[in-house]
Amino acid sequence: MGNKSSLLLREEEIAQIQEETGFTPNQIERLYSRFTSLDKNDCGTLSREDFLRIPELAINPLSERIVHSFFAESHDDRVNFLQFMRVLAHFRPIRKNKDNKLNSRDEKLRFAFSMYDLDNDGKISRDELLAILHMMVGANISEEQLTSIAERTILEADTNNDQMICFEEFCHALERTDVEQKMSIRFLN
Amino acid sequence: KPVKKERTFVIAAVEFHRVETPFLIGLWIFFASLAKIGFHMAPKLSKMFPESCLLIFVGVLIGALLLSTHSVHVQPLTPDTFFLYMLPPIILDAGYFMPNRLFFDHLGTILLFAVVGTVFNTLTIGASLWACGQTGMFGCTTPLLDMLLFAALISAVDPVAVLAVFEEIHVDEVLYIVVFGESLLNDAVTVVLYHMFEAYTEMGPSRLEYTDFLAGLASFLVVAVGGTCIGVVWGFATGLVTRFTHEVRVIEPIFIFVMAYLAYLNAEMFHMSGILAITFCGITMKNYVEGNISHKSHTTIKYTMKMLSSSSETIIFMFLGVATVNNNHDWNTWFVLLTIVFCSVFRIIGVCIFSAIANKFRLHKLNRVEKFVMSYGGLRGAVAFALVLLIDPEVVELQPMFVTTTIAVIYFTVFIQGITIKPLVKILNVKTAEKRKPTMNERIHERFMDHLMAGVEDILGKHGNHHMRDKFKRFDNRFIRPFLLRNYQGAEPKILETYSKLAMRDAIEYMQRNASTI
Repeated sequence: MGNKSSLLLREEEIAQIQEETGFTPNQIERLYSRFTSLDKNDCGTLSREDFLRIPELAINPLSERIVHSFFAESHDDRVNFLQFMRVLAHFRPIRKNKDNKLNSRDEKLRFAFSMYDLDNDGKISRDELLAILHMMVGANISEEQLTSIAERTILEADTNNDQMICFEEFCHALERTDVEQKMSIRFLN
Repeated sequence: KPVKKERTFVIAAVEFHRVETPFLIGLWIFFASLAKIGFHMAPKLSKMFPESCLLIFVGVLIGALLLSTHSVHVQPLTPDTFFLYMLPPIILDAGYFMPNRLFFDHLGTILLFAVVGTVFNTLTIGASLWACGQTGMFGCTTPLLDMLLFAALISAVDPVAVLAVFEEIHVDEVLYIVVFGESLLNDAVTVVLYHMFEAYTEMGPSRLEYTDFLAGLASFLVVAVGGTCIGVVWGFATGLVTRFTHEVRVIEPIFIFVMAYLAYLNAEMFHMSGILAITFCGITMKNYVEGNISHKSHTTIKYTMKMLSSSSETIIFMFLGVATVNNNHDWNTWFVLLTIVFCSVFRIIGVCIFSAIANKFRLHKLNRVEKFVMSYGGLRGAVAFALVLLIDPEVVELQPMFVTTTIAVIYFTVFIQGITIKPLVKILNVKTAEKRKPTMNERIHERFMDHLMAGVEDILGKHGNHHMRDKFKRFDNRFIRPFLLRNYQGAEPKILETYSKLAMRDAIEYMQRNASTI
C-alpha cells in the first residue's frame, strides 16, 4: 500500500507541503501512507469517523477535541492531506537556525488554547475549562469540586479580572513550562 | 557450696565493654553530624568545597588520631555494614523522591549509559590496564582477569557521590536525571560483572568456556529483571498494606521503611541487585502510599527519610576518610596514575559515543556542554570501595594495590572533580534547575498536552512515550488504583492533589493574615 500511495502524491504537491510545513519529503511520504491507510473510503479526505476508528484514540478522554482540531480549517467536515499536514506541523520539534512558521512556541500554545476555546472568542470561560476537566478527570469527582477547581484555575491566571483566561494570560501561566518539548513529536524519516 | 565473694555494694562503676558497640556507633553519628553543622557555620568553606570533601577530610583527621593512639581498633567501613545498613537509606530516599515522569521519559538514554556504557568502560579500562601491565611498567604480574575484576568495580559511577555533589549544584533536571539514573541503574551491571569476574578468577583462566560467558549474560538479565520485579512487588504490597492503616496512623511510616528494606534484603538474598529493588520499590510504592496515609505520616516519612539518607551519606564519607588511614597500603604510582587517566578518558569517550547514539532517538538533543558535565560528573565512590574490600586477597594477590588505587580514584573524583564542577558549571553556563511546585494552570494544561500528544501519536500510528504512558495510566486507573487505594478518586489524582495543596496554603495564609477572626 505504501508504494501505491506514494505514487499518488505528485512532486509539486510534496514541494508545496514541504514549503508550507517544513516536513522533509520522506516524512511527507510516510505520513501520506498513514493518511491513506486511515482513509477507508479511498476518497482522498478523512472524516471524523475515520479518526475515531483508531482504537486508542477513541478511548482518549480528549479524542473529540483532538479530532475537532483537525477540522478547524475545513468547511465540509472532511480533511484533505494538506490540512492534515498543517495540523501535524504544529508538533514538529523546534530546530535552531530554522525558520519556524507552524511549530514555534507561540503557535504550539495557540493550538492548545484553541482546543479549549470552543466558541472561538479568544477567551477560555469557566464552562469551557469545566468541560475539559470533565473529560480528563471523569467520574468519582463531585461537580462542586470540579467547579471550584475551575474557578481556582481561572482566578490564578486571570490578571485583568474578567473571569476568563485570554491567550496572553494563558501564555503567561505557562511561562515556566517547556512547551517546545512537551508539544513535540519525533517524526520518523 | 559456692564461695561467696565478699564485696561492698558498688554505687558507681565503669562498664565500657557492655555498651561499647552501640556507644561507638552513637559517637560516630554524633561526630559526623557535628561536623556537618560545623561546615554550614563556615559559609566560605561550604561554598568552596562540596560537603563530601570536607567529610572525608574530617574522617582522615579522626583516622590519623585513632592510628596514633592505637587505642580503638575499629574497622568501621566493612562491606557488610556498608551494603546492609548505610546504602539502603540513601537509595530508598533517591527512589522514593525520584521525579518519576522525568525518569521514565529518559529511561532509554539512562539504560544505554548504565548498561552498555558501564560494560564498555569495564572492558576498555580492564584491557588497557592489562596491556600496560604487559610492558612491565607496574613491576608485577597483571593477569587479565584480575584487571577486569578491578575495572568492573572502578568503572561504576557511584550514586552516593553523584547525589552528594549534584544536589549542591542544582543542574538542569534533564542532565541530573541522566547522570543520577545511570548511577542507580548501573548497579545491576556492576554486581553481575563483579561476581562474574570474581568467579572466573577463582576458576582460573584455563578452565573458562564460552558457556560461562553466556551464563554471565543470562545472569545479568536475572539480576536486573529479578531485582526490579522484587522491588515492584514489594512496592505494590506496601500500597496494599497502607490501604488498611487508617485506624492505626502512627505505624504508617514503619511500613514504608520496613517493607522497602525487606525488598532490598530480599533481592540481596538471591544475589540480585538490591539497589534496583529498593529504587523500584520506592518508585512504585509512592504512587499508592501517598493516597492512603495521613498528611502527618507523610511529613514524618519525608523527614525521616531525608534524615536517614543524609546521615548515612555523612557517615560513609567520614568512614572513607578513616579507612584511608587505617589500611595497609600498597602504592603503585604508575598503576594509580594510569587508572585515573583511563577512567577519565574512557568515560569521556563513552559519553561521546553513547550520547551520539542516544541523540539519534531523542527529542531533546544532548549538547556539548551537557556531554561534558555528564562525563565530568561520573564520580566514583563508596560502592567501589566496599566492593574492593570484598575481594579475597588469597585469590587475588594484587588486592592491597587495588584497595589503594580505588581510594586514590575516589579521592581524585570526589576532590578534584567535586571541587571544580561547581565553578565549571558556572563558567560553561549550564542551565540550572529551579525548584518549584506546579500551579493549577500548569498542572491542568500540562496534563491536557499529555493527552493531546498521546492522541496525536495514535493518529500517526506511532507507539512513543506518550502512548506508553497513556496505556499504563489507563491500566493503572482501571485495575491497580481501585485495589490499592482506600478512597479511589477518579483518573487525575494529581490535579486534585495540587488543588488541595493550594487550597490548604490559601487557608493558612488567610489565617495568618486575619488571626483575630478565629
